[in-house]
Amino acid sequence: MSDFPRWRYYLVAIVLVIGTLYALPNLYLAKPAVQVSASHTAPVDQALQQKIASALQAAKIPYQEESIKHDKSRGDYVLVGFTNGDQQKSAADTLRPLLGDDYTVAYNLQSTVPTWLSAIGGRSMPLGLDLQGGVRFLMAVDQNDVIDKQETRYTQDIAALLKDKKISFVSVARNATRGQGVIIVLNSAADRSAASDAIATEYTDLNVTDGTNTGDRYILNAVIKPNKLQDLAIAAISQNLATLSNRINALGVSEPVIQRQGEDHITVELAGVQDPAEAKKVIGATATLEYVAGLGDGRDPAVQEAAKTGNIPPDAHLYYGTRGEPYLVSKTPIATGDELVDAASGNDQQTGSPMVSVTLNSSGAAKMLDFTRDNVGKPMAVVYIERTTDTKMVNGQEVRTPKTTYTVINYATIQGVFSNKFQTTGLESSKSASELALMLKGGSLAASMDIVSEGVIGPSLGQDNIDKGLKAVLLGLGLVLVAAAIYYKLFGLVADVALFFNLVILVAVMSMIGVTLTMPGIAGIVLTLGMAIDANVLICERVREELRNGSTPLASIRAGYEKAWATILDANVTHLIAALALTTMGSGPIKGFGVTLLIGILTSMFTSVTVTHAITALIHGGRKLKTLSV
Amino acid sequence: MEIFNHNSNIHFLRIRKFTVGIAVLLMLVSIGLLATRSLNYGLDFTGGVSIDVTYDQPIMVEDVRAALDKGGIDNAIVQSVGGTRQVSIRFQPKDDKHYTLQEGKSPNLDLIAGDVSKALQASRQDAKIAGRNYVGPQVGEQLRSDGVTAAIFVIIGIGIYLWIRFERRFAIAALATEVHDVLVTLGVISLVQREFDLTVLASVLAVIGYSINDKVVVFDRIRELFRSSRKADPEEVLNRSINSTLSRTIITSLFTSIAMAALYLFGGPTVHGFAVTMLIGILVGTLSSIFVASPILLWLGVSKKDLMPVTRENPELARRP
Repeated sequence: MSDFPRWRYYLVAIVLVIGTLYALPNLYLAKPAVQVSASHTAPVDQALQQKIASALQAAKIPYQEESIKHDKSRGDYVLVGFTNGDQQKSAADTLRPLLGDDYTVAYNLQSTVPTWLSAIGGRSMPLGLDLQGGVRFLMAVDQNDVIDKQETRYTQDIAALLKDKKISFVSVARNATRGQGVIIVLNSAADRSAASDAIATEYTDLNVTDGTNTGDRYILNAVIKPNKLQDLAIAAISQNLATLSNRINALGVSEPVIQRQGEDHITVELAGVQDPAEAKKVIGATATLEYVAGLGDGRDPAVQEAAKTGNIPPDAHLYYGTRGEPYLVSKTPIATGDELVDAASGNDQQTGSPMVSVTLNSSGAAKMLDFTRDNVGKPMAVVYIERTTDTKMVNGQEVRTPKTTYTVINYATIQGVFSNKFQTTGLESSKSASELALMLKGGSLAASMDIVSEGVIGPSLGQDNIDKGLKAVLLGLGLVLVAAAIYYKLFGLVADVALFFNLVILVAVMSMIGVTLTMPGIAGIVLTLGMAIDANVLICERVREELRNGSTPLASIRAGYEKAWATILDANVTHLIAALALTTMGSGPIKGFGVTLLIGILTSMFTSVTVTHAITALIHGGRKLKTLSV
Repeated sequence: MEIFNHNSNIHFLRIRKFTVGIAVLLMLVSIGLLATRSLNYGLDFTGGVSIDVTYDQPIMVEDVRAALDKGGIDNAIVQSVGGTRQVSIRFQPKDDKHYTLQEGKSPNLDLIAGDVSKALQASRQDAKIAGRNYVGPQVGEQLRSDGVTAAIFVIIGIGIYLWIRFERRFAIAALATEVHDVLVTLGVISLVQREFDLTVLASVLAVIGYSINDKVVVFDRIRELFRSSRKADPEEVLNRSINSTLSRTIITSLFTSIAMAALYLFGGPTVHGFAVTMLIGILVGTLSSIFVASPILLWLGVSKKDLMPVTRENPELARRP
């Protein structure tokens, strides 16, 4: 006993108990469930619950229980549990046509972890997309929007440049045809050549050519170079990728996959999310803000006239506010969402009403300063631009039409001159303020995106993988256990106990950290189990050697552990270096495997050496031994 | 139970010219294979085609798979997508020149979708193509370079550790055998043209970890024997080290192989590549631990004095007679 101090027994016991406790939640498999939530303002009540229950009974789909749940972020919803994925699928197929557009029917999972386990922080490992299904989006970048944004920008910039250089001009306007650049109309040939030189030197990405002259109108065409447009499109995708990552991270989805697909598509995979509606709200609603000069609100007779007749002044847009009141706003934005650096929600110090404080970058700040300097006391509107896609079935074919909605969310008088920092007040509630801030903070998209394909990956495929993975882990473990017991007898059995606990502690640590379990991760677990036994092989072989060399059994055990330890340490450190490199490789599946391996190596060093030593000391300590069963 | 005679004293180093010769030959063949046949890169690296199909009536995934096989579209991954009437089919159009557009950039989706539609409608009239996409590489070029970077990082990291813990010659011998193990494993994968996807890449990197583990055990024994033996003839010490760790080397390989075999047999198709690569790697790594690492060490001229524990170097003491 002397070679194994008492405190270490306690350590082993405590670790094993905690490990078992935190590995336990994984035994409670989440049940497949169908979630019904209201799309707009439809009621989620007993009547709806009754309707769902009777529909399921009529379709003869056995369900376990249905209940109305409340969630702060999602509101009320009805959750119905099923015993298998097929029932869940059939139920969703039954409920969708029945409930129509007013409700969203989505797959979800119902946790079955007992409350006392959740109370101490016990939770099961989140499962990857390959194990539990999830939501998949495919989004296309609107290339036209890239061109629109650039041409509008150059129109403003060229006008500013010409003013700056004191070159007089008649007009600077976008060509009516998209992609044909900017048309500059000047008064003389001299002005034209001066303007041409100025533009060409200032903006090297523009092709400047002389247009046909009509009378005293001298035309200059400035077109964005094709390769520059391509660069812009690529840059737009990269920026959108980063923006989406931020937004999705704000959603709190574990291990989201956000990647470029093809030329101008982006795919988003959210494992575990079975409710696309919530994710879409943040991802799909490509919202941005535009600050524009206000030309009149609902009290203005001109605005009332425009809303009634549809005769809108050429330099204005007619938009509506959140309560349906009309506004006329300028067509030229002062600052746009991509000039926004930060947005935070809070309460206005004076009125206590919810607000979003906004920080602009230098170009946005300069424009804002320019505008507010000349327009104190005049109104400024904040237009919230949301792009969604309408899907309709026409002749059995899905027809998707992009829809852009403009909402004036704020119409206020400019109180003073400001540039990079200001506040947007008058928002509905603190919830809408924080939602807006979240979407703005995620950054704005460099180009609008439409969701062109979206899918919920059914959990049945995942269940199949879970079953296979579990079988592989258990059979892999079982076979190694049997082999070790046959080859090393009692010492083998001791190693077996340790190997079993290695699996338990590995699972516990992965659960506590919240590592997403994927199929490569399961492969990592099996590999860890196969290699963890190596330490015991080293120890057993050493003990055998010591016995052969004529040492007493107890001395052999001591020497065996001592000598093997140096080797185990070296072997594991080198192995750890390899696992570390795998985790630093950013991509999903490899990372999952690497993390599993890394944790597995660490836990195996504890179980294979410390735990087996404790058990061996317990069995053999204080006894007079003639032989060892090894 | 013992499978190996613990007094075994096979003279592994006597045949070192032969074994190292074979190792070099295998490496050259592997390089040749990789250069000529390359690797059969999977969907993860090359991208592929995904096609969404809807049915008027519910359909089983197995039926879709069977229809595709009949229609000559192999290795298609068929998944049901939200409901029983929609499936997603992903595959890689292979060596089909007529599928590629003139620019050679992306495959001609119309042709592919047409073929898939034909194959599916042969068995089910109600199959309709709902959407088709060219799936770009998940990580593609970036991933490939990341993989190479990771492998180099592993090999160098391990080299530095061995240099510090052991000695320069051990680090060199380990690195040389590591390179051998990776190349030969990749060579075998190239030879049998197994699909090389992300999980296989992970497996190849895991092979490095496994195989170094094996070498370190032998190296550890070499160091120990050099230190304890009075008359240390390097060849004799190396040979004894291999023999006394032989049982452990093979038993551990067996145990790990058992676990990997279980993964191969029961883990399903997604981990087949991983398990097979690991099994190849374990075999290659075990053989190189026994037959290749030590001969290199011998040629590098490892000796007892290199491995004695570093005593406090005192110039005063050294100068004394």
